[in-house]
Amino acid sequence: METLDARNMLCPMPVIRTQDKVNGMASGEMLEVVCTDHGALNDIPTWCRINGHTVVETVDNDHEVIIRLEVHHGA
Amino acid sequence: MCIQAMTQRKAAALISGGLDSLLAAKLMLDQGIHVEGINFYTGFCVEGHTHAIRNKDKNKEKRNNALWVAEQLGIKLHIVDIIEEYKDVVINPKHGYGANLNPCLDCKGFMVRKALEWIQQHDFDFIVTGEVVGQRPMSQRKDTMPVIARESGARDLLLRPLCARILPETLPEREGWVDRNKLLDFSGRNRKPQMALANQLGFNDYAQPAGGCCFLTDANYSRKLADLWQVRGEKRYEIDDIMLLKVGRHVRPRPHFKLIIGRDDGENNFLRGYRNRFVHMHASSHRGPLVLLDAESGTVSENDLLLAARLTARFGKGRTDDEVTVSIHDLSDMVTEYKVAPLHPDELPQEWYL
Repeated sequence: METLDARNMLCPMPVIRTQDKVNGMASGEMLEVVCTDHGALNDIPTWCRINGHTVVETVDNDHEVIIRLEVHHGA
Repeated sequence: MCIQAMTQRKAAALISGGLDSLLAAKLMLDQGIHVEGINFYTGFCVEGHTHAIRNKDKNKEKRNNALWVAEQLGIKLHIVDIIEEYKDVVINPKHGYGANLNPCLDCKGFMVRKALEWIQQHDFDFIVTGEVVGQRPMSQRKDTMPVIARESGARDLLLRPLCARILPETLPEREGWVDRNKLLDFSGRNRKPQMALANQLGFNDYAQPAGGCCFLTDANYSRKLADLWQVRGEKRYEIDDIMLLKVGRHVRPRPHFKLIIGRDDGENNFLRGYRNRFVHMHASSHRGPLVLLDAESGTVSENDLLLAARLTARFGKGRTDDEVTVSIHDLSDMVTEYKVAPLHPDELPQEWYL
């Protein structure tokens, strides 16, 4: 699993960094994104839905959130 | 069937997250156009930051409206970081500023130019925006909208579906990719036609316009940015500068330093992320804000620190006490404690507030 550290970034920067990272990954690969902006809990899953990627798990701690996703690039 | 009729044309729609761009994109989808959204992030976007920080906004839904709009429309959205390139737009706007430090005309021209680059790279056919003639005093006037089309280089590849029928025909209309008769003739600042159309198209939940989507249209924000440039002696900023202008009270008691004072726990937490880059202070004998001291290294005297400590005490729970202990951390995190009398309101002139 690849990891993206998006701590201390405010939305939409975690989404932008996720987008850039995913663009360089292959379908089926997994990515874990760690953020401190809780807005990412909405934004990254929304971005995944509209772009066809799958959120496998979200973890909401007090100080940070973790989003794990599986990359799917369309045909 | 001819080849042209079989080819689905592709448009990139500038999606701000507001109602107009949602409607413009929807009109294109309804004409069978393949639409993908582009959202440009300048660093000044109101979207996201403030409600991610302040306590009072904690209960507000933390959604990015551009993403939300894209999901409602069922289209892809590409969020593009233009922070670095955008600096030149803010610092050297060819067409000048609006009522505040908002370079709206240059901004729109820049974004359309970036969209043009994007459609060229991604083999799309034209660009769509939600602009309406007469809606904005600078960038959306009948005489300035052609300026955007011309200076961006997009020319007749730029289609504004909400007001296209009162503008010259564009290439997508001339070529029959879209039916001009199904485009609209909205004009002016009245929002009722957009709201009626939204209702007709089944959109009941959308971002309400609340003073624009950019901090540069905000008088208080622009005043703080102007102060930053004036103190630096040049128009220059980094992303952290413009983030910090969105947070806290900014108080400049002396020309060579200012204080950024957290207004609640959310802002204090955000400011904590900057502790290793600023001299910072907080009351250790009472509850109170985290305060960053913004000054060039080596310019702050002992008297300045004393004044900063008294101001820090002034904004904490000990403000009415005789004495408050304030801990000041230098850049190597060495701590010095000051026992000070909180500044009396009479000693805090209004003009210190930025």
